Amino acid sequence: MSAIDPKHVRAYGDTLNDGQIMLSFSLPVPFGEEAKEAARQLCRQMGLEAPQVYHAHDLGEGFTYLVVYARSPHTVDTTQLRVTKMATAQLGKDAIEALAAQKFTRRLRVLGACTGDDAHTVGIDAILNVKGYNGDKGLEAYHCLSVKNLGAQVTNERLLQEARAFQADVILVSQIVTQKDCHRSNLAALIDLAEADGVRQDVLFICGGPRLSHQVALELGFDAGFGAGTLPSQVAGFLVQQLPPR
Amino acid sequence: MSELVATFAPIPQGFGCPPLDLDSASVARARSLARQIAAEVQERLAGQSTLAIERTVLRLFGVTGATADGEPLANRVVMALHTAGLLTGGVARPFCRAMALTGLDAQALAEAVAADRVDLRAHADCLDVVPEVRAIGDALAQAGVARILARRHEREALIGKLGQGVQPLKYVIVASGNIHEDVVQARVAARQGADVIAVIRSTGQSLLDYVPEGVTTEGFGGTFATQANFALMRTALDEVGAELGRYIRLCNYASGLCMPEIAAMGALERLDMMLNDALYGILFRDINMQRTLCDQRVSRRISALAGLIINTGEDNYLTTADAVDAAHTVVASTLINEALARQAGLQTDQLGLGHAMEIDPLRPDALLLEIAHAALIRHLFPGAPLKYMPPTKHMTGNIWRGHVQDALFNFVGVLTGQGIQLLGMNTEAMHTPHIHDRYLALESAQLVFGGAMSLGTELRVEPGGKLEARARHVLTDAVVLLEEMAREGLMAGLARGHFAEIARSPTGGRGLDGVFVKDAAYWDPTADAITAALEALGQLPAAGEAQP
Repeated sequence: MSAIDPKHVRAYGDTLNDGQIMLSFSLPVPFGEEAKEAARQLCRQMGLEAPQVYHAHDLGEGFTYLVVYARSPHTVDTTQLRVTKMATAQLGKDAIEALAAQKFTRRLRVLGACTGDDAHTVGIDAILNVKGYNGDKGLEAYHCLSVKNLGAQVTNERLLQEARAFQADVILVSQIVTQKDCHRSNLAALIDLAEADGVRQDVLFICGGPRLSHQVALELGFDAGFGAGTLPSQVAGFLVQQLPPR
Repeated sequence: MSELVATFAPIPQGFGCPPLDLDSASVARARSLARQIAAEVQERLAGQSTLAIERTVLRLFGVTGATADGEPLANRVVMALHTAGLLTGGVARPFCRAMALTGLDAQALAEAVAADRVDLRAHADCLDVVPEVRAIGDALAQAGVARILARRHEREALIGKLGQGVQPLKYVIVASGNIHEDVVQARVAARQGADVIAVIRSTGQSLLDYVPEGVTTEGFGGTFATQANFALMRTALDEVGAELGRYIRLCNYASGLCMPEIAAMGALERLDMMLNDALYGILFRDINMQRTLCDQRVSRRISALAGLIINTGEDNYLTTADAVDAAHTVVASTLINEALARQAGLQTDQLGLGHAMEIDPLRPDALLLEIAHAALIRHLFPGAPLKYMPPTKHMTGNIWRGHVQDALFNFVGVLTGQGIQLLGMNTEAMHTPHIHDRYLALESAQLVFGGAMSLGTELRVEPGGKLEARARHVLTDAVVLLEEMAREGLMAGLARGHFAEIARSPTGGRGLDGVFVKDAAYWDPTADAITAALEALGQLPAAGEAQP
């Protein structure tokens, strides 16, 4: 195999620089040769070369499903990539407890909720419940944390009220439903409200959900964001390292 | 297999579940405890009604539509009495009395009340139901029941004429938010082999204390359940079903704060299945338990009358609790749901009791444990459709792995003789299904169901082996839990977090302000008409009758 050029990286199939890409999509075009040709033309417009339609299926009602392979001539300069990553180190539960014992004279108060219309508590429960996720204990299992989970469909107003009453150090917001980007507007509204109430600086705001990332969270005015597959210890480790001593 | 009575859908040759040697005394004990638990709840709540139940009375009277600002007339009429503290005798008496005195029909009267032209409070003081008023109420109630029965007979005739899918019925969801897009997606799914189309509701609808009106094109994570949307989808599925020569079932949700009202709308628009769980709203939507337990009874009586299948939501327990540790809670809850459902007049072939495949697939013997759980549920509820739910918790966004998990799920479903298979989507946990996700899921199901159709009646479980031991163990644990709940009562059990590791208080949650104690003069002619119709159909259990 020839040497990989990090300044000109192409997609990889089985030979360096072969640029192999696979796509699958449906078109509102009746099944037939026209549908396949439409798929090929669409791929060329995406900048792909030599599109091959390997599978086409008649979905009925004038729709066709297609599986296409093509070659992408485009390259990426991987020496110039800029991504937003969390600056904190990843720690295990024992190390987190030890660090917290040094830094804090009391337990940190963590308030969690699914906000807006979102009724999907799977994510927030996985992070907060003692049981945790994938063998990694949830925040309730940490001695250094005092956790309150408000559950589903909490309004931003109520979340901030509860945060005042609980004297929360950290607010965790889960958003799973993302249809028409409702999660973004809802999260941004929370930060606006916190700023209007003058509490933005007092509390660490963290959001999580399958379509969220640290970068998106920062864009929305949060202190951190966690995406799919996040373990509770990653969240606990972040907040214990990020919060100043108290 | 004698236990797979094909009363709701045909079963192919050889389809069934391998025999399982369960302790019959434990099975009998579990069922008797569940009946005891259900009876205690029923007795405690018999004296209560709710805003949703009163609105349902009006819906059955034929009241539809909303005010210019979108408030349904049913809400407006009920609230006119409730805010004045005059609802304890039920909505029917003052409403029918006003009809008698004004000469207006039900719809015209509701409109007049909404326009402040008639003040219902003036009709709430008379505590007697005079014969003239009684006659009006009884006639309206009987007309409502007749409309529901007409839709039931229509379904029976269509299934007789067109035929239908075989078990396991292939059930897929549509959830675009726009009913017109949903119709396209549903028609495509039917053409790809779907037997049941479920229109997922917009997130948050369960907490609305009214049913939105009209055709809707905006929703989040789903499409609003409205009577107009039901009617649009019904027409579309009837059309495509006629073309395909296969009756396509329509499913929605009679759940949340409008449980009985949506059951009535579904019955009137010939829906065939309803998500309808006695406990789900309490646990997962924090709806007050008195509210839901009252509402579920009325919703289930209507569904019993409509001849539709209810689906319960025990699968959800395993999304919050561990699927192995909490397997017995699913069994205990399905038994309680069954007992409550039978009290309401639902028959065996209407019990789509829910369970799920949610064990971490990387756990050793995960598949063996899933087969044990699925076979246990199958053997506990002979003849019931059973709704088997796909993996959701351990779906990762890796669509290829997800497709394999769903294929294994399809295998367990057909191997253990499940009646309704909610097909998993490889894009679970990513987005609501795309048009081809559904096609891929249906293709996988057809492949697996076809190939493994007769395995269930051919294979045998090793006596004394791991699988049998697991099933027996889960049943034993379920009996222990049921003993405890029978001792302390269902509401106390829910308060202690026995299900899904979620604790709820009898006076907490949403919707308690919509529960009231019925006074001595309470009158609901629709309840009487439904009871009479269910008795005529032989669907009500006789007092003290030992149920299967």
